[in-house]
Amino acid sequence: MAEVFQAIDQFPVTLKTWLLGHAAGVMPEWALPLLSAALSITPILAVFPLLFALTTVIERKGLGRIQNRRGPNRVGIPLTNIRLAGFGQFIADGIKSLTKEDIVPRSADKVVHFLAPIALLIPVLLTYSVLPFGRNMVPLDLPQTGLLFFFALGASTELSVFMAGWSSRNKYSLLGAMRAIAQMVSYEIPLILSALTVVMIAGTLSLSGIVESQAEVRFGFLHSWHLFTPWGLVGFFLFLTAAAAEANRTPFDLPEAESEIIAGYFTEYSGFKFAIFFLAEYLGLFAMCGLGITLFLGGWLPPFKFLGFIPSWCWFLGKLVALILLFIWLRGTLPRLRTDQLMGFAWKFLLPMTLINLFVAGLWHLSVTSVPMTVRWIGGFALLAIPYWLLGRGFEAQVGKREYRFAN
Amino acid sequence: MTPLSGYLLVSALLFCIGLAGALTRRNAIMVLIGIELMLNAANLNFIAFWRFSEHPETQTGLMFALFSIAIAAAEAAVGLALIITIYRHFRTANVDKVEAMKG
Amino acid sequence: MTLSFAILAGLTVGSAVAAMSLRNLVHCALGLVLTFAGLAGLYLQLNAEFVGFTQILVYVGAVAILIVFAILLTRGTEPANEPAAVSPWAGLPVAVLAFLAMAAAVLASPVDKRLAAPVPEVSVKTLGQKLMTDYVLPLEVLALLLTAAMLGAVIIAMKDKEDLQ
Repeated sequence: MAEVFQAIDQFPVTLKTWLLGHAAGVMPEWALPLLSAALSITPILAVFPLLFALTTVIERKGLGRIQNRRGPNRVGIPLTNIRLAGFGQFIADGIKSLTKEDIVPRSADKVVHFLAPIALLIPVLLTYSVLPFGRNMVPLDLPQTGLLFFFALGASTELSVFMAGWSSRNKYSLLGAMRAIAQMVSYEIPLILSALTVVMIAGTLSLSGIVESQAEVRFGFLHSWHLFTPWGLVGFFLFLTAAAAEANRTPFDLPEAESEIIAGYFTEYSGFKFAIFFLAEYLGLFAMCGLGITLFLGGWLPPFKFLGFIPSWCWFLGKLVALILLFIWLRGTLPRLRTDQLMGFAWKFLLPMTLINLFVAGLWHLSVTSVPMTVRWIGGFALLAIPYWLLGRGFEAQVGKREYRFAN
Repeated sequence: MTPLSGYLLVSALLFCIGLAGALTRRNAIMVLIGIELMLNAANLNFIAFWRFSEHPETQTGLMFALFSIAIAAAEAAVGLALIITIYRHFRTANVDKVEAMKG
Repeated sequence: MTLSFAILAGLTVGSAVAAMSLRNLVHCALGLVLTFAGLAGLYLQLNAEFVGFTQILVYVGAVAILIVFAILLTRGTEPANEPAAVSPWAGLPVAVLAFLAMAAAVLASPVDKRLAAPVPEVSVKTLGQKLMTDYVLPLEVLALLLTAAMLGAVIIAMKDKEDLQ
């Protein structure tokens, strides 16, 4: 029985080696690495846009339910009367955005305007190549610099935001682009610092190595995810907050909110280019979630050892879907932050908290043998909760006692 | 593997392109872009010599390049802040027009 | 001269020329970004992975953004009604002479005969250890420099109180 589950777990790897083995006799020598890379990329290109399409529908229906209404519920299978409770909406949306007229403003900078969506999509797709999707399933294994590759490409996405905002020759686009870049640059620091905490404890920048460092089984059944430590718990939420801000997701979506600035830096984009922007934004969110899962939630590891029969890629997908649902829930619940509140939150709250988290992680690691477990946990939480409370007090609005004045 | 001279020639070419731009362009930001190009060319030199050295495990070239990248970033920040302030005062970013101390 | 080196070098030099000679400042900045990316590719070819990705993270992700912000804040988007170069005949010969001198030095020296060492076993771990032991003084001085640069840039670019009134 265990061999059957093992086979299901590793079937992408065996499929790829079988295909490569057959192709080795047919194709020339120089084409084999290219074929291997293409075989690794194909599942990513097949699964994640489909996940994006389903996420758009689930998000609209989920937001609808949170707001006490139903989401889209008419479109099922096109050209028939089968409704499928609205889950065919993404087909309709896709066809619509592909067939809409592509309007470019007359004074826009044509070349830059054309290149901006592509310049956003390419780095985002490249970031998927270092995420471990399952046991032995990393498309590109960089044993020395995996995480650095991810963050370097994440930093390159900011440039395309600027290209989009500037080339439209629209004051509001430019304003939205500058705000978006300022937000992305500010939130990169807590993002990288909270990831650095994990690197310090795991001792490697390689993402598959970080997953391996969480494989140790404690108490006989619990895999030691980094989430199950005080610094890991706080670090995970700091990472998620910074990732939401990086992906321009509510409550940090001021640069692209409809009631604020029309559509921010992609106001002047229509049709297929807008669809690419939309796709790239959601794919960026999925990549950030995937990284958060790898760093803190144990990647493809199950939480309990006895659940190990479920394939590793199923665990990764399940955790990814859970995080996406969490982000949809946040979008429906929390109000938007203003720009100055957003910046203040990044620099005055998240940055000190990530630094203190790094310090607590170091203390945790150094006191593994010398201090009992309960003292470590209570000490860790206290060292994190007190600055959290103190830093949070700076954000309270100054409300005094309410005075009533009556017209005389 | 490309011989070392290939990398050195590319580095020299980049340096001279940056030099030409820094000497001829009028806008202060273009001069700064030229300076960044020159710094990058020097970095390429360091990495190329490190790779082709006898003892690459001492990683001296890598260290130099890393420090150079950090210093270039700091210098770009301060230089651009200065350019912005000069623009605010003189209403131009043209290096020929900023001549209040002339004569 | 491998094909990948030729492509990367061509991309880098071509975008450097574009960065220095185009009229529109933002196009120059985008050409500079391509140059940085090409250089990162060359570093990766030389097995310096850490420096290559740091180049993208710092230069493309931060310095290029700084440059485009400065272009925006100094009204670089208006069409230039002055010639872009003061006089190309003053600076270009100097640069060409410099390149010829350097190329002659490179081609005449025995560096061509150097063979590449087998792929070096560099790890980020040894890099970090060296930073903390042999190079700790430059590291601390760099930290001080970055702090001073950050504070200086903020103070220099801050609006004075008199300007606001």
